[in-house]
Amino acid sequence: MNMEKTNVAVIRVRAFLTVFLKEVKENLRDRRTLVSAFLTGPLLGPLILVMMLNLTLNREFDKAEKPLPVPVIGAERAPNLLAALKANGIDPKPPIANPELAVRRQDADVVLRISPDYATAWGKGEPVQVELIYDSSQRDANTAVERLSRLVESYAHEQGAMRLVARGLSPSTAWPVVAARRDQATAQARAALVFSILPYFFVLTVFMGGMYLAIDLTAGERERQSLEPLFANPVPRWKILAGKLAAICTFSAASLLISLCAFAVVGRFIPTEKLGMELDLGLRFGGQVLLLMLPLIVLLAALQSMVAAFAKSYREAQTYLSLLMFVPVLPSILLASMPIKSQGWMYAVPLLGQHLGIMQLLRGDGVEPSQLGLCLAGSLVAAAVAVLATARLYQSERLAISG
Amino acid sequence: MIEVKDLHKAFGAVKAVDGVSFAARDGEITGLLGPNGAGKTTTLRMLYTLMTPDRGQVLVDGIDAAADALDVRRRLGVLPDARGLYKRLTARENIDYFARLHGLPEPALAARREALVQALEMEDFADRRTEGFSQGQRVKTAIARALIHDPRNVILDEPTNGLDVMATRALRQFMLRLKAEGRCVLFSSHIMQEVAALCDRIVVIANGRVVADESPAALREQTGEANLEDAFVKIIGSEEGLAA
Repeated sequence: MNMEKTNVAVIRVRAFLTVFLKEVKENLRDRRTLVSAFLTGPLLGPLILVMMLNLTLNREFDKAEKPLPVPVIGAERAPNLLAALKANGIDPKPPIANPELAVRRQDADVVLRISPDYATAWGKGEPVQVELIYDSSQRDANTAVERLSRLVESYAHEQGAMRLVARGLSPSTAWPVVAARRDQATAQARAALVFSILPYFFVLTVFMGGMYLAIDLTAGERERQSLEPLFANPVPRWKILAGKLAAICTFSAASLLISLCAFAVVGRFIPTEKLGMELDLGLRFGGQVLLLMLPLIVLLAALQSMVAAFAKSYREAQTYLSLLMFVPVLPSILLASMPIKSQGWMYAVPLLGQHLGIMQLLRGDGVEPSQLGLCLAGSLVAAAVAVLATARLYQSERLAISG
Repeated sequence: MIEVKDLHKAFGAVKAVDGVSFAARDGEITGLLGPNGAGKTTTLRMLYTLMTPDRGQVLVDGIDAAADALDVRRRLGVLPDARGLYKRLTARENIDYFARLHGLPEPALAARREALVQALEMEDFADRRTEGFSQGQRVKTAIARALIHDPRNVILDEPTNGLDVMATRALRQFMLRLKAEGRCVLFSSHIMQEVAALCDRIVVIANGRVVADESPAALREQTGEANLEDAFVKIIGSEEGLAA
């Protein structure tokens, strides 16, 4: 009697382990699953990030350091201004006939037009006008416009001061108020702006890591007609589901780990110091992200299984899951388009909480215990609900029937 | 010993099983005979607790399936209509998976598995992945994994479906062997000769109802037909006549 009892206990744990180990073993033999879970899924994010960053960084630096070619109309009327601009890296080009059209067609980023009465007005000490012609809808041009405009203004400032001094006045009389900019963004916070896409990459990695398993373990198994014999075994369905969920979670967690390692490596090659940014994608960061994502791994595994259980075939499940993949983007888009101040309760919302938490880690602020607790608790509750709902779905008679 | 009492199961307005009762005894082969769509598979699915009957009772070795489904499943070896294998696992691994789900201890598992591999003549392909198996190899693997826990009761849903002559013969021999071992064998079929050659008892199902429950000899006698096929046609035909 006693022996029988221990046997039953062993069987109970064994059933879960058996399902788990079998699913892991079987899927380790599937090349497509392996590539998606351990190669493309986790490495795509770091790769895209590096490419994107290098592109933007290099472009910014190119613009800031290179001589800026600017077509100038009426250059001969203001030789001193031109000399000052030249000294600061502006390369004056011959005038063009239709500057308005030229900037719209992106032939020139910005055109400088000096009005015909510049010289006479200058001589009389009256205000003179120079025009910057540009198209602000061309994002590319903004750095150039900003740069030229600042140079012209500082030249004006300088000349004004000299005129005041010539009349025996202190230059400060003309500028009673001076706005001094004090940027409070830390170097890490500046980096965070660029890296706001990172949380989505992590979620996407978890999603892709488990996706093929989730499809295979429910829709695929039913399509191959192996679910019915499986359910004829003396194991409650929820245990079979538990083993399958554990297998999915293992794959997506492994996927996330690989991704975190890749980010840690890649983080060393991102030329953040060029922008005066600071970025820590090391061990501490990785560990905290993993902790934040743990309940999300379970939640996504359950959601994927649930969706796959609704689908009639492998293909159908694949289509549904591709659509589901866009749901995790929502918080990222939401926060990017509506720069709302993060409230405490937001941490309890799955996906949103992870997004905010990871952003805070990137900014170097760290996550407060209360925020961490909210984030974990909120996502855990959601995960539990999803698991229970999937377990209910597993009880249905229709689930096992393939025909 | 499998007992079925007044089983009912409807899918929407369709009454798939409409009052089926019969018993399959130990040491006998019981054939569930009926045309396609008669309700054979649905009846068997309720037997191995994949589906819950709307009404009626299933007893396996005296245990009520509604009360203890897991214990009933433990006492059954089932070859369902769906016999999908895991294609990335070998035949042996497929069998082992089910053995472990039944909670077989490892040494007993290996011994029992090898005995089945031998009995079903699977040595040549037992270590190959099941992707690309022939229908016969598939069925053999599915039967081996269904019987790995040495069940007293064996349920086979159309076991010879899609098999060639040689494989069918081998399977019949195997079923007779199960019977000789004292097991209760219940199988469904729509093929007359098969049922006639194997069964100790024939349960004929049509339109979700049992229309005959006899030994082959009694069935012939009852209908006055020497040929079992004619007897079968007569039984089903008369039943349909009654219904109309």
